[in-house]
Amino acid sequence: MKCQYCDKPATFHITELTEPDGPQVLHLCEQHARNVLQKGEPTPVSSVAGALAKQLQLGQTKEELRKLDQKECPVCGITFFEFRNSGRLGCPLDYDFFEADLKPLLLNIHDSLEHTGKRPTRAAATADSQADLIRLRKEMEAAVDREEYEKASELRDQINAIQGEPKRRGNA
Amino acid sequence: MREETDLSVLVKNSGEWLRGTGPESDIVISSRIRLARNLAGFPFIRKCSPEDREKIERQVRTRLENLPDWDEIPYVDIATLSEVDRQFLVERQLISREIADSEGSRAVAIDPSEQYSVMINEEDHLRIQVMHSGLDLVSAWEQIDRIDDAIEGEVLYAFHNKFGYLTACPTNVGTGLRVSVMLHLPGLVITQQIEKVFRSMQRINVTVRGLYGEGSQYTGDFYQVSNQVTLGHTEKELLEMVGQEVVPRIIDYERKAREFLIDKGQQDLHDDVSRALGILSTARKISSEETMHYLSKVRMGVNLGLIDDVQLATINKLFIHTQPAHLQKLHGRVLTTSDRNVERASYLQRHLCGPSGRADELN
Ligand SMILES: [Zn+2]
Ligand SMILES: [Zn+2]
Repeated sequence: MKCQYCDKPATFHITELTEPDGPQVLHLCEQHARNVLQKGEPTPVSSVAGALAKQLQLGQTKEELRKLDQKECPVCGITFFEFRNSGRLGCPLDYDFFEADLKPLLLNIHDSLEHTGKRPTRAAATADSQADLIRLRKEMEAAVDREEYEKASELRDQINAIQGEPKRRGNA
Repeated sequence: MREETDLSVLVKNSGEWLRGTGPESDIVISSRIRLARNLAGFPFIRKCSPEDREKIERQVRTRLENLPDWDEIPYVDIATLSEVDRQFLVERQLISREIADSEGSRAVAIDPSEQYSVMINEEDHLRIQVMHSGLDLVSAWEQIDRIDDAIEGEVLYAFHNKFGYLTACPTNVGTGLRVSVMLHLPGLVITQQIEKVFRSMQRINVTVRGLYGEGSQYTGDFYQVSNQVTLGHTEKELLEMVGQEVVPRIIDYERKAREFLIDKGQQDLHDDVSRALGILSTARKISSEETMHYLSKVRMGVNLGLIDDVQLATINKLFIHTQPAHLQKLHGRVLTTSDRNVERASYLQRHLCGPSGRADELN
């Protein structure tokens, strides 16, 4: 038997016991089996893709989907199409920018939309301020490149104001 | 932190989690918890430029150096490692296959006792991982919680009031927590109950992965149980689900299967286990798959008292030390597959035979 992902012989047969229609067997070569097993967690792209497929079947028409695919985050530039294909988001703002589009997906994966766990003691609480941080850092780097050091140090102050100083323990 | 790309210190040791001790260690190999975290001021990895990745790596490293007690933590620049060294860290479960194979600036800080590691620039900017031997989720959580707090004192995390810790993949958002327990279940495999057991648990939100060999003939009989959801439950709830609801039930089934096997066919089982030990201690060349298969039987034999002069810790170490990169590091040079098969057989012989071989310590 050949590996599902390449032409090498399949020497590993991994059974996924979480599929709703009963166990699903993957036939893989050693290299691909390693990839699958050593991630040690559900392959995110396939679970995102699955959840997205369900969501898109129900909701959007072709035209709506085409529009959604072109939607582009103003901070990192990721499009919904790129996210749909990679399963990975581009920046913290995406959770706000694509919020309406991500909600059905999050419900599908987690059955919940509300974090109830641990919270950091110190956080840039809004996605906007996190987006600001990314923008300001880029501007600051550009200012340094142009040798506009005064501008750069102003920007640094703004960044520090949002970010706050790291707590120092022991060594002040 | 020490700049440390010479991994030879790690080669000879084996991590705390391989000690073969801790609660339920006859069945539970290890308890692992990981947290996914991102910095507020940078895009996620997918949208990072090479310069961004370097800045994250440098910033996190500098901030970690500020932490008390972190000056003795070896810090490994993964980008500069050889393929064998990267594979070695993967086999040791100190880094993921993903970070080993990716490109660009990336690094890992490794606790010398190998209880924890912090990966920088994996799928998320930070992946903190703690691994303990046996079923030990509560103290693993206490440790990772402390590490997370300490790092959070130094860097600003990407956090959302509603969605929690923001991660590159929506499957990790919220707690960013993945709890994984590695189980050795030869009894359920031999009695062919394994699928039934896991199917009976399907409603529960856990992922189970198993590793089967060709035609179920070669098998290590290892299964990993992890939480599937990360959003909408507290860390404590997720730990309890895996560590108190699911895993104890599987342990119970496995114990019953082993008792059944002993009652039913003591001689057959004893024969099977002894032959496995015989092959491991006399073979002249042996593949990694075959080694896994027989070591699994020997491990069960040790736990059932059918073999009394081999230590559980020795078996646990052999599982790791007979992997390709470990053999090459121990041997001190790159080996072809067939050379490895010879070297593996001789390594097994040295540690399973002879007066010193069956002692507890490997060298
Ligand atoms: Zn393959
Ligand atoms: Zn974005």
